Amino acid sequence: MIRRTPAVGTPAVRTPAVRTLVSPLALASTRGRTLYWIVFGGVVLAFVLAFLFPVYWMASGAMKSPDELVRTPPTLVPGTWHLSAYTDAWDLMQLPTHLWNTVVQATGAWVLQLVFCTAAAYALSKLRPAFGKVILGGILATLMVPAQALLVPKYLTIADLPLIHTSLLNDPLGIWLPAVANAFNLYLLKRFFDQIPRDVLEAAEIDGAGKLRTLWSILLPMSRPVLGVVSIFALVAVWQDFLWPLMVFSDTGKQPISVALVQLSQNIPLSVLIAAMVIASIPMVLMFLVFQRHIIAGISTGSTKG
Amino acid sequence: MKTAQAPHRSAAAPPATPGPRPAGRAAAAPLRRRLSHQARAYGFLLGGLICFALFSWYPAIRAVIIAFQKYTPGSAPEWVGTANFTHVFDDPEFGAAWRNTLTFTLIALLIGFAVPFVMALVLNELRHAKAFFRVVVYLPVMIPPVVSALLWKWFYDPGAGLANEALRFLHLPTSNWTNGADTALLSLVIVATWANMGGTVLIYLAALQGIPGELYEAAELDGANIWQRVRHVTVPQTRFIILMLMLLQIIATMQVFTEPFVITGGGPENSTVTILYLIYKYAFLYNDFGGACALSVMLLIVLSLFSALYLRLTRTDD
Repeated sequence: MIRRTPAVGTPAVRTPAVRTLVSPLALASTRGRTLYWIVFGGVVLAFVLAFLFPVYWMASGAMKSPDELVRTPPTLVPGTWHLSAYTDAWDLMQLPTHLWNTVVQATGAWVLQLVFCTAAAYALSKLRPAFGKVILGGILATLMVPAQALLVPKYLTIADLPLIHTSLLNDPLGIWLPAVANAFNLYLLKRFFDQIPRDVLEAAEIDGAGKLRTLWSILLPMSRPVLGVVSIFALVAVWQDFLWPLMVFSDTGKQPISVALVQLSQNIPLSVLIAAMVIASIPMVLMFLVFQRHIIAGISTGSTKG
Repeated sequence: MKTAQAPHRSAAAPPATPGPRPAGRAAAAPLRRRLSHQARAYGFLLGGLICFALFSWYPAIRAVIIAFQKYTPGSAPEWVGTANFTHVFDDPEFGAAWRNTLTFTLIALLIGFAVPFVMALVLNELRHAKAFFRVVVYLPVMIPPVVSALLWKWFYDPGAGLANEALRFLHLPTSNWTNGADTALLSLVIVATWANMGGTVLIYLAALQGIPGELYEAAELDGANIWQRVRHVTVPQTRFIILMLMLLQIIATMQVFTEPFVITGGGPENSTVTILYLIYKYAFLYNDFGGACALSVMLLIVLSLFSALYLRLTRTDD
């Protein structure tokens, strides 16, 4: 009853009123409304200071002249705007090379993950292979094993692949192939495929479609949402990773941006380093801003459902 | 055997010969069909299976094996019993690394649990600019961790760093941040919390939205004030999610590496060496892969306990 009473102009009116901790009635009073706007303003200020200001400080810091950058007290807005740090970072730190390396590593990992994880999830979900349960159990068990703790034996495996005795060090394959062994994404796909009724697929098979054709033209088009989530997870994971590429790529020319930034951070002017940091962040931040609705919805719903 | 399961195709195409089956011929046909079906199923599985075998299962087994070997790449490994464990144990950094890792995890748990929870609680009450808050709080998560670490390294700079400037602006005493052995670990926790809290806040928010409004109404009718409502409605209703996130966070923070590696390099006075950092040092600085694997196995055992607890809890709730 109470929730249907807010008067016009109260904060609760604009969104369909869902009862939360504070009752809409309390917010409807003048005192409640004042308090609401004070809290609202405080939170906006806190969020801007805590999360946006550091990012602004980084982007603007790179535009200050080197001596303005180390001045105390610091200037809030650059006195003169220099773009030279950005161009220097681009040239001196060979950012195009490292960005390209990152793109190659992330894209390859993403494509291979989509191909192999989707195929495996399809087989486990719909084809009932012998020992399927055992295999699924083995895959899920890797979720329990913390990935970082196994990096050293994984590195040794990459350095000398069993049977074929090839090294994948300094090779994008060293990022791509281990990325396929992603139990979380495979499980997401499998759970989604499980929900698609078998009748749909059998109807296609009666019409003469083979397994691959069924997967490609029936199952995948129905799975767009989960494919999107898996794609974002796969791309972000590779782009953000540091320790694994640090182990795999000792060759500076092949390092992704994250490793290159740390390796070069010691002997480069501060403003150039900060400019490089900004450039390294732009692709992911852009992707986030474009897909923010999907990413946030994915985190909010995916996680609570387990 | 699992092969006993009928291929689901047989439902669509029933056996042509009804009545008592002649054992030999009729059994052979489904068997062949079953085999070809299995071959196809494994064809789809193969790529993923090879990758899991090579990069997940094999390294897990290998970690345990190498932990008992003297291993140098290029030469034949040599069994040394528990020597790796004993010499890792005698390393003064070993105790420091465990102490630092556990302290880091504990502080990160206190800050990383309390701050996002309170934040989600407040955000859930705000009726405006909902999308803005969600995007802004998640923004640091999308910034590459290396960049966050380098950014905060600059903030913590004792000279022109923003952190001390902010303290000076507020007329508070300045701090050594990552340059002081007693404040370094806490400074790193702040970085990790800043960079990772977005996901936690979003998950808490989703959980808070699942609380039925009637519960708050009923509590209010019973005369519960706002703190009592938080204590007796919000917390019990979200307890499961809180517990899940805590366990996941423990598992994640015990594997912390990027922040100490990039910001402090393990110093000052080993006050920020973590287990994973020590593993890295053994493998790539000391070239002692046996010691690195011995450490990995120890970390693995500790973390697997938490993982098992997590899986147990999520399963019983289903």
